[in-house]
Amino acid sequence: MAIEILMPALSPTMEEGTLAKWLVKEGDTVSSGDIMAEIETDKATMEFEAVDEGVVGKILVSEGTEGVKVNTPIAVLIEEGESADDIETSSAPAPAALSGEEGKASAPATAATPSEPPVAPSVDLSPDYPEGTAMKEQTVREAIRDAMAEEMRADDTVFLMGEEVAEYQGAYKVSQGLLDEFGSRRVIDTPITEHGFAGIGVGAAFGGLRPIVEFMTWNFAMQAIDHIINSAAKTLYMSGGQMGAPMVFRGPNGAAARVGAQHSQDYAAWYMQVPGLKVVMPYSAADAKGLMKTAIRDNNPVCFLENEILYGRTFDVPDMDDFTIPFGKARIWREGTDVTIVSFGIGMQYALEAADKLAEDGISAEVIDLRTIRPMDTGTVINSVMKTNRCVTVEEGWPQGSVGGYLSTVIMQEAFDYLDAPVINCTGKDVPMPYAANLEKHALITTAEVVEAVKQVTYR
Amino acid sequence: MAARKATKKPNVSADELKGYYRDMLLIRRFEEKAGQLYGMGLIGGFCHLYIGQEAVVVGLEAAAEDGDKRITSYRDHGHMLACGMDANGVMAELTGREGGYSKGKGGSMHMFSKEKHFYGGHGIVAAQVPLGAGLAFSDMYKGNDRVTFTYFGDGAANQGQVYEAYNMAELWMLPVIFVIENNQYAMGTSTKRSTKSPSYWERGAAYGIPGEEVDGMDVLAVKEAGQKAVAHCRAGKGPYILEIKTYRYRGHSMSDPAKYRTREEVQKMRDERDPIEAVRSMLLTGKHATEDDLKAIDKEIKDIVNASAEFAKESPEPALEELWTDIYAGDTAPQNA
Repeated sequence: MAIEILMPALSPTMEEGTLAKWLVKEGDTVSSGDIMAEIETDKATMEFEAVDEGVVGKILVSEGTEGVKVNTPIAVLIEEGESADDIETSSAPAPAALSGEEGKASAPATAATPSEPPVAPSVDLSPDYPEGTAMKEQTVREAIRDAMAEEMRADDTVFLMGEEVAEYQGAYKVSQGLLDEFGSRRVIDTPITEHGFAGIGVGAAFGGLRPIVEFMTWNFAMQAIDHIINSAAKTLYMSGGQMGAPMVFRGPNGAAARVGAQHSQDYAAWYMQVPGLKVVMPYSAADAKGLMKTAIRDNNPVCFLENEILYGRTFDVPDMDDFTIPFGKARIWREGTDVTIVSFGIGMQYALEAADKLAEDGISAEVIDLRTIRPMDTGTVINSVMKTNRCVTVEEGWPQGSVGGYLSTVIMQEAFDYLDAPVINCTGKDVPMPYAANLEKHALITTAEVVEAVKQVTYR
Repeated sequence: MAARKATKKPNVSADELKGYYRDMLLIRRFEEKAGQLYGMGLIGGFCHLYIGQEAVVVGLEAAAEDGDKRITSYRDHGHMLACGMDANGVMAELTGREGGYSKGKGGSMHMFSKEKHFYGGHGIVAAQVPLGAGLAFSDMYKGNDRVTFTYFGDGAANQGQVYEAYNMAELWMLPVIFVIENNQYAMGTSTKRSTKSPSYWERGAAYGIPGEEVDGMDVLAVKEAGQKAVAHCRAGKGPYILEIKTYRYRGHSMSDPAKYRTREEVQKMRDERDPIEAVRSMLLTGKHATEDDLKAIDKEIKDIVNASAEFAKESPEPALEELWTDIYAGDTAPQNA
């Protein structure tokens, strides 16, 4: 049976090419792998190999022809015994790949253009723990350790790996006592090799374990970001749901004190952008504990952004056997009527201080802690803005592409008619972190700046 | 290339030899068909063919047991076929259709099979090396004696994360076989132009990892080396390195004109060292099979490959709803689903 040889596509973008040279002539016998022709694409001259065996019955496009469309028949192979006279060729190019119904995919919900008056989103307003629960004082450091220990007791597939997590008891003492309780099989010191051990952690998750990978700081995780995003976050999708990486990447994030540009960066906005990742950035010890337990149980990769300055802060933590907080549920720390201040992580410190100061001036601020950045509880923010009509966001990270910038977009799209003033994003300054004490103080967000922003949006 | 001496009197049955012939031929014909479908515009993007390297995966799969894991780079079609994944599912993934292993969402470079313990299909050069060490870590942690075959090329062998993985693999005695498929060209850069330390397996010595060089055009030599490596790992002696000298006949990807080597170099390799021809002649001269036997195998393979191409053309494109699925796992871990 005669086989048509079609003009091949020789690059991802090729639509047509020049048939530069035939290396076979009519009557030649070819076998699979023999070079038949040279074809010029827009990028290079390529050799074109035979795939089937046969005799070149007819050459349909002579050499030197330019602009030969992909899939045009260029020659016909016949089997021995067949005659070239029997060849009938199709005149039109064979159809290319099926085309998709491009552009018909539904757009994400957040991009919807409101044509009707916005409705207040329904949000989960349930308390994190039952009323009357006994509380105990704990530092954020202890809360994170307890969360890991509780989950390790409950599930043997959970283990902790990272630099100095075992014998040294944690560079910031977050893993204190875990080696003693769980032994070196489950609390594993790694060499200083973030790229490598992050990859090993992701591989272990593919293999059915639930790793907690500690980075001594998130700054060092930039060496490992390929595994966090390309290996951990994307595999579930790329495998059509067959495998993924249920694991936690955790460590201190953001500025500490006087450690300079390479050790003082907030990654909330970076990781927030990635579908497949969940991103958590707690402020209080209770939230750190409840969210860490949820993170370890989650079947997806979670970036858990802690803060060195907050490690030593003490908060009330519910004294319960199994305290968890769901992702995607913001916390209203303080109710108010005049302005909504939204923050997360250490930014909450400035937000809450500002709210106290503003109260002295008779401005009632509602303060919302996002707690999880992805999924983000924008509903709680929108509801609040519908009430206060003003919003200020507070974060330590840089301004361009910030968490606050994203929130502003959502507020503009979903509650535009409720805004009485433009949203202001209070962020860290658009500079690498300086070392000098006075400059560092100016580079960070300050309570005074938050107060000033609120006064601007309330026209006071 | 490695020493050219013929494998010593092979301790191998006729059926085994025929099996290797069949498995290698399946990969070759499948890849030729993939190249053809690419030319027709049915396969898009990057498509890296395995033609010439067939003896590597077929030889190593002969040394593997049930439950052993494997992970590789983007040049992954051969590995999938060799570990028993269905040709239809692989080809339909290449054409981006619903019937593909990843429902059309992964493509040539990103395919997986939980059932066959095939962990991808990774498009970032060398990323699979620590991932493979991590898979081996999961088996050691669970206390079983399974091993992980972690394949990468001579190009990946210069990436830093390979050596981070070597260091931890030996430190923790992970049951991982690092398989360097040295086809002599990292895209267009020959090994000579990329390193002054061209004996890649010897680099393991810096970390205490033993290894050896293997003739990758000889499927029996690959199998024998694979068995040795597997025995080492299963015995709890830690990782092992196999540097398998092989050769890819085609360009790095479909759009590679391969001007960095001569046509004569490629032709010489095909004429003198082809792994499939070697087994074919072993079968015939040893009177393990007749021409008719081999023709029957050729026909079987041709039918499988043609059927896979038909399936890959007929299978519909994924539903648009698939755009929004498999981004997050729900209440069940994907590994346990």
